[in-house]
Amino acid sequence: MTSTARLDPHPAASRDGHPTAVVSSMASDAHTWNLVFLQLLVEELGFEVTNLGPCVPDRLLVEQCRIRRPALVVLSSVNGHGYQDGLRVIGQLRGAAGLAGMPIVLGGKLGVSGEHRAERVAELRDAGFDAVYDDRPDAIESFRRFVAGRVAVGRP
Amino acid sequence: MNFGEFVRWRHARGALVVQPRMGFADPTLMRAGLLATRQADAATVGTITLDSYTRVGDLDAAGHALRQGIALNGYPIVNHPVDTTRAVLDGVLAEDFPVQVRHGSARPLDIFAALIRAGLHATEGGPVSYCLPYGRTPLAESVANWAAACELLLTTRQDGVEPHLETFGGCMLGQLCPPSELVAISVLEALFFHRMGLRSISVSYAQQTNPAQDLEAVTALRRLCAELLPGADTHVVVYAYMGLAPRTPAGARRLFAEAVRLAVAGGAQRLIVKTVAEAYRIPTIAENVAALEHAAATARAMPRPADPAASGGQVYREARAIVEAVLDGAPDLGRAIVLAFRRGLLDVPYCIHPDNAGRSRSHLDEDGTLRWTRLGNLPLGGLAELRPRDPVGSTELLSALSYTQRTFDAPHLKEV
Repeated sequence: MTSTARLDPHPAASRDGHPTAVVSSMASDAHTWNLVFLQLLVEELGFEVTNLGPCVPDRLLVEQCRIRRPALVVLSSVNGHGYQDGLRVIGQLRGAAGLAGMPIVLGGKLGVSGEHRAERVAELRDAGFDAVYDDRPDAIESFRRFVAGRVAVGRP
Repeated sequence: MNFGEFVRWRHARGALVVQPRMGFADPTLMRAGLLATRQADAATVGTITLDSYTRVGDLDAAGHALRQGIALNGYPIVNHPVDTTRAVLDGVLAEDFPVQVRHGSARPLDIFAALIRAGLHATEGGPVSYCLPYGRTPLAESVANWAAACELLLTTRQDGVEPHLETFGGCMLGQLCPPSELVAISVLEALFFHRMGLRSISVSYAQQTNPAQDLEAVTALRRLCAELLPGADTHVVVYAYMGLAPRTPAGARRLFAEAVRLAVAGGAQRLIVKTVAEAYRIPTIAENVAALEHAAATARAMPRPADPAASGGQVYREARAIVEAVLDGAPDLGRAIVLAFRRGLLDVPYCIHPDNAGRSRSHLDEDGTLRWTRLGNLPLGGLAELRPRDPVGSTELLSALSYTQRTFDAPHLKEV
């Protein structure tokens, strides 16, 4: 997977030197298990994780990313609103001071139907996500490769 | 007849009442869905499931989606004009076809007001179950919101109807919560509704991963309602498995038949069905009807136990201990529930809400039985059998979350 993001040259690290990550859903999505799983997965990839949980309002997400300056932001959506929520949220994140180059990925079930998947993914990538995973069997493996290939570079 | 009376009346005449989780943004489609539910070859009640924006109170986003023709995952009852919703229900809602509104909101006042305006008086949720798993609303605020919502719902008595509320507490997080805590939360929410003045209440329980343990749970729920809510008109509603569904149609049908068996054998009066399409996307009307008719046919073919189990075993003992510990905390039940979470007397495994202590942990045994591996401060010391283990990693969590899918798909994998 290729990416256009620039790594933050000084991503925030936790006290014990691990890079930090934010795991979050978006405003309308109430699902939890995806977030519990992603927290464990991202921790196992070497990050210290802040899990903002389900139904995170846009403003809170932007604010938390600005305060924490994580090395990676992982957004998850499984309620079928991921496409429109993602387009809205990425605009706000990229528009916020200091967040233009932060690695931000989105994954899950992004639409209410299985149609137009490729178009949705392309549009979300164009809008500013570094990687988009639309409910494919190899999504987790691609995500691991993305993290290994891009974010690990920024580790202290 | 209100919702609760209707369900008990159909059940007393031999039918398991079945209900879909259907919700569409388009009023024409919503009406067609309700009509198809009503006409299905099954004892049915109707459902209007709301969209996620309405659930979190983001009426601007729901309105924007409606104007732009963006797909919503349910019916935006607050945004649609009341006449639209009345037209959806006209000639559909009837004495023998009650309709329940399903939402998932910790701030449900607007939703309650909208459904009452449209002439409805049955809905569901609860101060705990629609707060902790689904968002960031503080529990104390959800308790206050739900108290106000109950008061608002009681105003429908002026129109000569008896409002109905169902607890969602037996479905917390859908998976991996040991059944005794599900039963305890379902009963506590029912007690909360009852103390607020509701008289017609149903208590939920979601099918988990071991049939024997599930049967104990449904039995425990019936027993605790009889003991603690003797004056209320109560019934039990079973939810077909809410987690990852099998990918093979045959596997999904076997799983959902298991849910029917649980409802019938456990003496539950109502079942919320799932469809075989659920693993992939939001199901169509036809798929919902097929699921309703399959469940009804399975129930008809299954003899009711002459003498259903009455004890509830270990699940009953643990649930009763939790309920009593919570009730002892404060005279006001809403306050007692908030205190219980603060003290960890209620603590839902894997729940990441800031008001959940997060010190309890559970584990799936090889046979699907849910066990406690860490109690935190749950009042189950000396009562629950503990199986201490290492912390669960992402692979093991995924394996536990897909246990049902794997188990029920295994014999049918050639179909994929």
